[in-house]
Amino acid sequence: MDKNLKKELKKIACKVRLGVIKGVYSAKSGHPGGSLSVADIMTYLYFSYLNVKADDPKWDDRDRFVLSKGHSAPALYSALALKGYFPVEEMEKLRKTGEMLQGHPDMKKIPGVDFSTGSLGQGLSGAVGMALAAKIDNKSYRVVAVCGDGEIQEGQIWEAAMFANAKKLSNLTVVVDNNNLQIDGTVEEVNSPYPIAEKFAAFGFNTIEINGHCFDEIEEAFKNADLCTDKPTAIIAKTVKGKGVSFMENNVSWHGSAPNQEQYEMATAELNEALAALEVE
Amino acid sequence: MEVKKTATRDAYGNALVELGKKYDNLIVMDADLASATKTGVFKKACPEKFFDCGIAEGNMMGIAAGLAASGKLVFASSFAMFAAGRAFEQIRNSIAYPNLNVKIGASHAGISVGEDGASHQCCEDIALMRSIPNMVVINPADEIEARQAVLAAAEYYGPVYMRFGRLAVENVFDENYKFEWGKAVKVKDGSDVTVISTGLMTLEAVKAAEILSQEGISVRVLNIHTIKPLDVEAVLAAAKETGAIVTAEEHNIIGGLGSAVCEAICAECPVPVLRVGVEDTFGKSGPAKELLEVYRLNAAHIVEKVKVVMAMKK
Repeated sequence: MDKNLKKELKKIACKVRLGVIKGVYSAKSGHPGGSLSVADIMTYLYFSYLNVKADDPKWDDRDRFVLSKGHSAPALYSALALKGYFPVEEMEKLRKTGEMLQGHPDMKKIPGVDFSTGSLGQGLSGAVGMALAAKIDNKSYRVVAVCGDGEIQEGQIWEAAMFANAKKLSNLTVVVDNNNLQIDGTVEEVNSPYPIAEKFAAFGFNTIEINGHCFDEIEEAFKNADLCTDKPTAIIAKTVKGKGVSFMENNVSWHGSAPNQEQYEMATAELNEALAALEVE
Repeated sequence: MEVKKTATRDAYGNALVELGKKYDNLIVMDADLASATKTGVFKKACPEKFFDCGIAEGNMMGIAAGLAASGKLVFASSFAMFAAGRAFEQIRNSIAYPNLNVKIGASHAGISVGEDGASHQCCEDIALMRSIPNMVVINPADEIEARQAVLAAAEYYGPVYMRFGRLAVENVFDENYKFEWGKAVKVKDGSDVTVISTGLMTLEAVKAAEILSQEGISVRVLNIHTIKPLDVEAVLAAAKETGAIVTAEEHNIIGGLGSAVCEAICAECPVPVLRVGVEDTFGKSGPAKELLEVYRLNAAHIVEKVKVVMAMKK
């Protein structure tokens, strides 16, 4: 990846994470852990990959994005805000009565959200429908869906995967945010989805395993997906839950709880420090 | 002379073929039941617009939502049990919550599925579907009403649940019938009592009204094809003008048309209401016609209930 682009993406990723922390802290609820694990992927998608227009969110030929693990909405919203879909100040109103930013993505209320999600297992089917629509209409737009590693315990994910392969939806890329943690423990302890890549391969997918915090690897994976023209792609991204905020990293208790004021200040200071370090680099 | 009988599911399949000629953006989906739901008729006519998801109803509803979010007009079909039942949450969260333009064509509703038995006899679908915001619920009485309802559903933007039967039934309506969105159909006027019916029970309601008229009881018959949104005006008028109501449906008496009617009148004009339907029990195997008698989904039961409800009138 181009050096300048990588540096830019790293800075944006810090800002995406700051938005996540601001949103969850303001709401006094939400899901910071999985939002932070997926923040680098969200950053790459919105600032390097997806062909979208923030000033025309419903543009017919846009690439589509579905956050199937809808509880990571703060990461999506933060990326959308930074991209210019709505003011970043909206993050402070996350989950508040009468405000735009719902607890989980709502395509009717929030510009830039292509599909309403929140109930795990359902978003991928919606993404498959969008990819199928592109094929029917001979359109060249791509569809990306991000699933959780716990989410793929849902049977519907595999129903959707089977269909995507049967219809050769090469315009579909599924990212599995493999942070290894779900509410009740590690994914292995709860109900192991491993080996993930092999499962998608068995369902006919082009599969790629990457470090989900390395922009070089993320970019390579999506380039590879674009080159694959006969089947859908699954990118298994190894990530760290809570990535970027040291006391949240790999700690399952941050799956669905908000920081208090002291923790908010610590997290913000750490992320600002990382951002400042990138500025002087 | 043999009376012509047609199942509403046949009207559904044929109406889809008509729609295929009119709507470029139409997509029809099924979950491995195309020959039974009659979407197979459409598949034959427009194979490029038909997608079979295999036996995966939840995924079918999600794909339907994704297609609709990309500008398609989607009809997704299965049996009522597996559409409203198995895929309830996908319909609720992926289709109705974002108000996407997906029509659910659910065949094999009710007891009249027959021999397949309880696992396939869905008598809970109206209750499930009408409790979802944004959802329209339509249950046509015969092939004529079914055809027009399907055409009207395509014109309407938003989710619609359409309930069709497996059993071939006699027509209630003739070629002059005109379907009006959300409007009750006064099949017969009367002043002593109103029978409010839906689906194949409307024919039984008409038969009951004929029997009762011979005994000097004047029965109004209101056919409700659109259970949600309910034609509250027509139901309230029936309550005010006739003072007693019997509802009749091939569905659990909990949560269906009978419940909807009670909800509509309880505040403004509470009058006695008795409900004919499946009495909170499961179905069983047997020929459809025999089962309709066993579960008393017939004119005789409506006649009985009318007499009881009239005695309750103030």
